[in-house]
Amino acid sequence: MSLLEVRDLSIAFGGLKAVDGLSFDVAEGEVFTLVGPNGAGKSTIFNMISRFYEPTEGKIFFDGEEITHLPAHKIAELGIARTFQNIELFDHSTVLSNLLMGRHVHRKTQVIQDLLFTRKARADERSHRRRVEEVITFLELEAHRDSLIAGLPYGVRKVVEIGRALAIGPKLLLLDEPASGLSVEETRDVAFWIEDMKREMGLTILMIEHDMGLVSAVSDRVLAVADGKFLAQGTASEVQSHPDVIEAYLGTGVNGEPELKKEEAGA
Amino acid sequence: MEFIQLIIGGVANGCVYGLIALGFVLIYKSSEGVNFAQGDMMMLGAFVALGFVNDDYFGLAFLPGIILACIVMGGVGYSMDRFVVRKIFGQPQFALVILTIAIGFVLRFVAGAIWGYSPLVLETPYAGLTFAFGGLIISAEDAVTILATILLTAVLWYFFAFTRIGLATQAASQNQLSAYYMGIPVKFLNSLIWGLSGIVATIAGVLAASKGTIDPNLGLIGIKAFAAAVIGGFGSLPGALAGGLIIGVIEPIAARYGPAGVSQTAPYVFMLLVLILRPAGLFSQITAKKV
Repeated sequence: MSLLEVRDLSIAFGGLKAVDGLSFDVAEGEVFTLVGPNGAGKSTIFNMISRFYEPTEGKIFFDGEEITHLPAHKIAELGIARTFQNIELFDHSTVLSNLLMGRHVHRKTQVIQDLLFTRKARADERSHRRRVEEVITFLELEAHRDSLIAGLPYGVRKVVEIGRALAIGPKLLLLDEPASGLSVEETRDVAFWIEDMKREMGLTILMIEHDMGLVSAVSDRVLAVADGKFLAQGTASEVQSHPDVIEAYLGTGVNGEPELKKEEAGA
Repeated sequence: MEFIQLIIGGVANGCVYGLIALGFVLIYKSSEGVNFAQGDMMMLGAFVALGFVNDDYFGLAFLPGIILACIVMGGVGYSMDRFVVRKIFGQPQFALVILTIAIGFVLRFVAGAIWGYSPLVLETPYAGLTFAFGGLIISAEDAVTILATILLTAVLWYFFAFTRIGLATQAASQNQLSAYYMGIPVKFLNSLIWGLSGIVATIAGVLAASKGTIDPNLGLIGIKAFAAAVIGGFGSLPGALAGGLIIGVIEPIAARYGPAGVSQTAPYVFMLLVLILRPAGLFSQITAKKV
């Protein structure tokens, strides 16, 4: 069964149709990747699913429930977590505090219980702390547990953001370019983690990624989009060799030859 | 001994400045803008308290009257954000500045229309009482002001550091975008913070009123509190209180030992010095963006 269903999704900014009648399904337990040239509308699709943008047309279903018009702060509770292309963390807090904030929707204590730190509040706090420690162990963040985000290197912050999303305990994880700006070794780690999240945690992952090495390594299915429209869908190698995809990335000359080659020939 | 006496009076005044500054900073952290009506909310809070407490009006007992005033002003603050400020979300910062200055004028007019423009006295159960310690004389008003400020600060600190909703507020002020994806209702919390700053303003107003009289222009000390917030490094809650205390202490010392008129300008001179020597404020949490 599909965990996420996107039906005829469109959004226009002024006269520009950034996403135009796009439909796709993400099955439970798979890694589904969106690829496409810059400006293809990938992040816009993410922002509509995570309810930051209001679609002009179309519907989004999660776990059988329509979420097209849900406010953004309601989706964590349903089990959707996301990361951002440009890392959005709580910069003046520690790694631990950031991860604990991921547990916010699971905290059920009232102000008074928190203030008096009652037995229930203590038990609650312990269970959240345990969950967060599992995430810290999984992502090997032990050394950074009490460091402030603002002082951490880019690669670590990128991992902390994934950790915070995991702390939410989601069914669906949206990863917006998890490998951008990472070194080869760091990217390899991300690939391992994505595999483990799928196999061991049973997560469903919807990802945007440009690094085709990572895409091929972890994706069950790949959807290519260009100009906000459907281009091709299939396995990573199928999509990569699809003529429309090659055309979208490289452009086509008069004779059906990619423009790049033509220019090279002329030069 | 005279010096210590000056300091105690200064600290008590400083508590009032500090609480108003706290209101500035609370809103600055949640709405990323300055509420220039903060001083006027304090003035209105004082009047509402007077309306509940004084015999000429409702004549309730002191403490229940103050609590009612806090509830009313919490509602006023909440509604200001919910129905007015939220409408200009996404506009440039000066829109909020102009809007809150205008709200300040409206509040002054409303207070004047209801309670008149001549100074009134808030009836407190501790009016005129004094305590003597050795050679020091402490008025009950100053003692209550200092104690109430310590208590309120402790409660606020506890709230922000340990409660689910307080932590969510801190998260939202650090990064609104990702706060949404932690399941935090950011807009609702912003309104709640405006309500909270209405309550803090009311307590500041009651404390200020108990040390003198109330008239619709009482809110003008908000300008001094603004300087206090700047000194503390706008954005730091402890900084706001400290800035208030510094200004409160500078004033009487400048008045006693400096030439005539200096006490009025000393707080601002100090603010300018801080801006020149430590532009981010004494307790700044703002760090330069790395590139």
